[in-house]
Amino acid sequence: MSFTEIVFYAFSAIMVVAALGVISARNPVHSALSLVLTFFATAAIWMLLEAEFLAITLVLVYVGAVMVLFLFVVMMLDINITQMRAGFMRFLPFGILVALILAVQMILVVGPANFGLDVAGFASPVEHAADYSNTKELGRVLYTDYVFPFEIAAVILLVAIVAAISLTMRRRPQTKYQTPGKQVMVKKEDRLRIIKMQTEEKQ
Amino acid sequence: MIESMMSFVMPIWEWLPMWIQVLVTNVFFIVIIMVPLMLSVAYVTYAERKIIGYMQVRIGPNRVGPRGWLQPIADAVKLMFKEIIIPTNSNRFLFLFAPMLSMGPALAAWAVIPFADNIQLADVNAGLLYILAMTSMGVYGVIIAGWASNSKYAMLGALRSAAQVVAYEIAMGFALVGVLMAGGSLNLGDIIDKQAGGFFNWFWLPLLPLMVVYFISGVAETNRAPFDVAEGESEIVAGFHVDYSGMAFAVFFLAEYANIIMIAALTSLLFFGGWMSPFGSYADVPLLGNGFHWFVIKTMFFIYMFLWIRATFPRYRYDQIMRLGWKVFIPVTIVWIFVEAVMAVMQIGPWAV
Amino acid sequence: MTLEMLNYAIAWPEIFLLIMASLVLVVDVFLPDEKRNVTYVISQLSLIVTMAMIVMMSSNERIIAFNGVFVNDAFANVLKLFVVGIVAMVFVYSRRYLIERNIFKGEFYVLGLFGLLGMMVMISAHHFLSLYLGLELLSLSLYAMVAFHRDNANASEAAMKYFVLGAIASGMLLYGMSMVYGMTGTLNIEEVAKAISQQQEMNIVLVFGLVFMLIGVAFKLGAVPFHMWIPDVYQGAPTIVTSYIATAPKIAGFAMVMRLLVEGMGGLHADWQLMLVILSVLSMAIGNVVAIAQTNLKRMLAYSTISHVGFIMLGILSANNAGYSAAMFYTLTYALMSLGAFGIIMLLARAGFEADNLSDLKGLNQRSPWFAFMMLILMFSMAGVPPTVGFWAKLAVLKAVIDINMLWLALVAVFFSIIGVFYYLRIIKLMYFDDAEENAPLHNGRDMQVALSANGLAILALGIYPSSLMALCIAVFS
Repeated sequence: MSFTEIVFYAFSAIMVVAALGVISARNPVHSALSLVLTFFATAAIWMLLEAEFLAITLVLVYVGAVMVLFLFVVMMLDINITQMRAGFMRFLPFGILVALILAVQMILVVGPANFGLDVAGFASPVEHAADYSNTKELGRVLYTDYVFPFEIAAVILLVAIVAAISLTMRRRPQTKYQTPGKQVMVKKEDRLRIIKMQTEEKQ
Repeated sequence: MIESMMSFVMPIWEWLPMWIQVLVTNVFFIVIIMVPLMLSVAYVTYAERKIIGYMQVRIGPNRVGPRGWLQPIADAVKLMFKEIIIPTNSNRFLFLFAPMLSMGPALAAWAVIPFADNIQLADVNAGLLYILAMTSMGVYGVIIAGWASNSKYAMLGALRSAAQVVAYEIAMGFALVGVLMAGGSLNLGDIIDKQAGGFFNWFWLPLLPLMVVYFISGVAETNRAPFDVAEGESEIVAGFHVDYSGMAFAVFFLAEYANIIMIAALTSLLFFGGWMSPFGSYADVPLLGNGFHWFVIKTMFFIYMFLWIRATFPRYRYDQIMRLGWKVFIPVTIVWIFVEAVMAVMQIGPWAV
Repeated sequence: MTLEMLNYAIAWPEIFLLIMASLVLVVDVFLPDEKRNVTYVISQLSLIVTMAMIVMMSSNERIIAFNGVFVNDAFANVLKLFVVGIVAMVFVYSRRYLIERNIFKGEFYVLGLFGLLGMMVMISAHHFLSLYLGLELLSLSLYAMVAFHRDNANASEAAMKYFVLGAIASGMLLYGMSMVYGMTGTLNIEEVAKAISQQQEMNIVLVFGLVFMLIGVAFKLGAVPFHMWIPDVYQGAPTIVTSYIATAPKIAGFAMVMRLLVEGMGGLHADWQLMLVILSVLSMAIGNVVAIAQTNLKRMLAYSTISHVGFIMLGILSANNAGYSAAMFYTLTYALMSLGAFGIIMLLARAGFEADNLSDLKGLNQRSPWFAFMMLILMFSMAGVPPTVGFWAKLAVLKAVIDINMLWLALVAVFFSIIGVFYYLRIIKLMYFDDAEENAPLHNGRDMQVALSANGLAILALGIYPSSLMALCIAVFS
């Protein structure tokens, strides 16, 4: 077994176990953390395919940002697990049955034989030369062949921002903000009022 | 003697399977990087206390060993022998796992740092991205620590910290985009090579706004003063690690200082030429030419900056931190990236590709 | 590779629309609330210019741009023109409605324009990727628009349902596309078609992918049994948003079916024909029968939409050019009718009163004979009564079905549309033979009244002279 194979099987095993953890963990925080581990193992496997840009981006975006916010929400919601799991055992046999049938059907339809992959085993992808840069290749394709979908994807993200802000931002009149600019511009006349008055007689 | 030992060891070495050889060599190099790093962390804490002491017209630690030089060792010994108290109803596994989670990424990022010409553990093509990914993972330690402690203060500190880190990561990432545009590569070695030729050829000059944003974001990312609301002791005791004691606390402490050294090292690599000498034309003269010592000197300077900033500025209020991150830094970086792109296309100045 | 090789010039309408939408977004941020009209005017102007550009650049040639992800042909031109025009009409209807409910905000127009861009991208898609991205752009804008009235709990619930089911549908679509990609090795629609035509025997993976894609499309169009979101969303969303969802996106959805099933998977038409028959019969049955039980006008129109989707599918499943042009004719006219019907609801509504119950239409003839007449035309047209365009649309579709020797299917369609006539006529009865429960004057703006009248008269005019639009639809596919 070569080093690559060991790495592949190790990370695949981690990935499968972690993915199982996502759906079977009793605590939603544990589920979310298992999902993080799944992403991490996936990134490692992509690395083996020489897709280092995608792998690192997966870690950067999903592990570093998306899942952090996800955990954030899960921790704040404090989901009641016992309620959610009520009836779990009762439906378990039925669920397993459905899952088995689905799995068998999927294997029949999308098994390797239908893609012509069972002929001589899986051919491993061709290895690239040392100066091959996955990042550069992706960038070139993205900005030439796929520039139109790329731009549309950018617009989708823009719409997501607009939607999120328009749905959540409320200007509350009672909230008070400091405006440092105004604070600095304050002059004596704005705050101080000098009144001339007679000295009071002593009684 | 050495030869006879080699002749004894080499056949065994070659007999080992390939993957064990790879493993052993890598572990060896990792240890070579880790041990000095840990020592530096220890002495950065000493430097911090001493420097801030002088800035505040005090003397700082001076009891243990000559001039207090053994103070960090004494601290470490003390922390090691302290009991780790695990709060009731806390999540035991995650509680102990969190410090490791914040330590791991802080150390893993060092894998791609070039210490001198061609001296680095892994020459990754997308090195810059790798560093960004690793530093972005450090926040998990904080969040999980806050949640697993089962304490309101810890939780609040964790939430504050997570929001802050995610916000400043964006500004930081954009600053790095500027660097990679100027360097034309994600590989750290290439980025340094692009800065060859002395003080005024380093990226700090053409990327001045990005440099400022990067360094300040770095301070915020490491939760250091004046951005240390995650552990603001006047409001939430000590934030996310309020319930930690002994070695578990020490690991958080180590991770924080490892991150400081990391940010300082990165600032010197990305904007100040790393191991390049500031005297471009004296490259052949020993000590004035390129070398590891320049990298160390620059890194030390930026660590000093961290301490200097801490001694100088009062803590930010939380909403002001968010305002600074989202409404000031991100626009600044976006504008400067745009300027850079226009300059690169027009072939003007140092950005000409 | 140079910029010219992208052939980007044929996408000028889309590029212009994108620039204008971004401009509206930026301008709107700096406008004080009382000057929100500026946003409206800029949006309308950009729509008009976009339409002019589409007309100017239209040609019968089939031009492919951006390395095969974008196509411009006569089909795309006609549909785009209609889509932009309908969105412009929706915007005309929107102003008063939004002002009265205190939600006259720039986001509505920004999201509307971006959604329109998504529709245009879908219509011009020549690649699964651009098709999917266009669909997502449209859907995302729609989700946000449904939830746009934030203080309305119904709207939020509807948006949530729409979002969850829409996400499932997108997942199905993507899964199907990935199957097809695995089999053909390409996402380019033309090359997919080529690869499929080279398959000798029936390929189970392709059919598997086809099923998933069809489910995704059926979800988006709202065909039974994937229709559950339609009534809730139509009822829960603000009426103006409903009128947006119920009109232009249906045209884009039709374009998606054409690009996906006919252009891409045309070689498998024997397989999808049967699936469409099932979807179509179920849609006509459930849509027409359940609509009878509704007391909410918007909900009733939702079920009527479902039944109309069934009719559109009749045209597509005949799998020949006559059928496609009949379906296209049906879709375009349906969008117009639906626009008018929701326009009438908005005309009757005012602040704090939505006029979305059937009883709110009582005695409309006494309050405004002219608009009662408009509603009469619209309802006749939806039911398929002769002097209106709805009749010709149904006729064309049925003829296409009979031509492929599926007489039984045509009979089923006729049977269910006769059931459907009942609830359309009930509205007419309410308007003309019942007494008004209230006599508040209709006070909507002049622009809306003119637009609504034009809308209703267009249905009538097209019913009397259907040949021009019909000829256009036929020309597109020849």
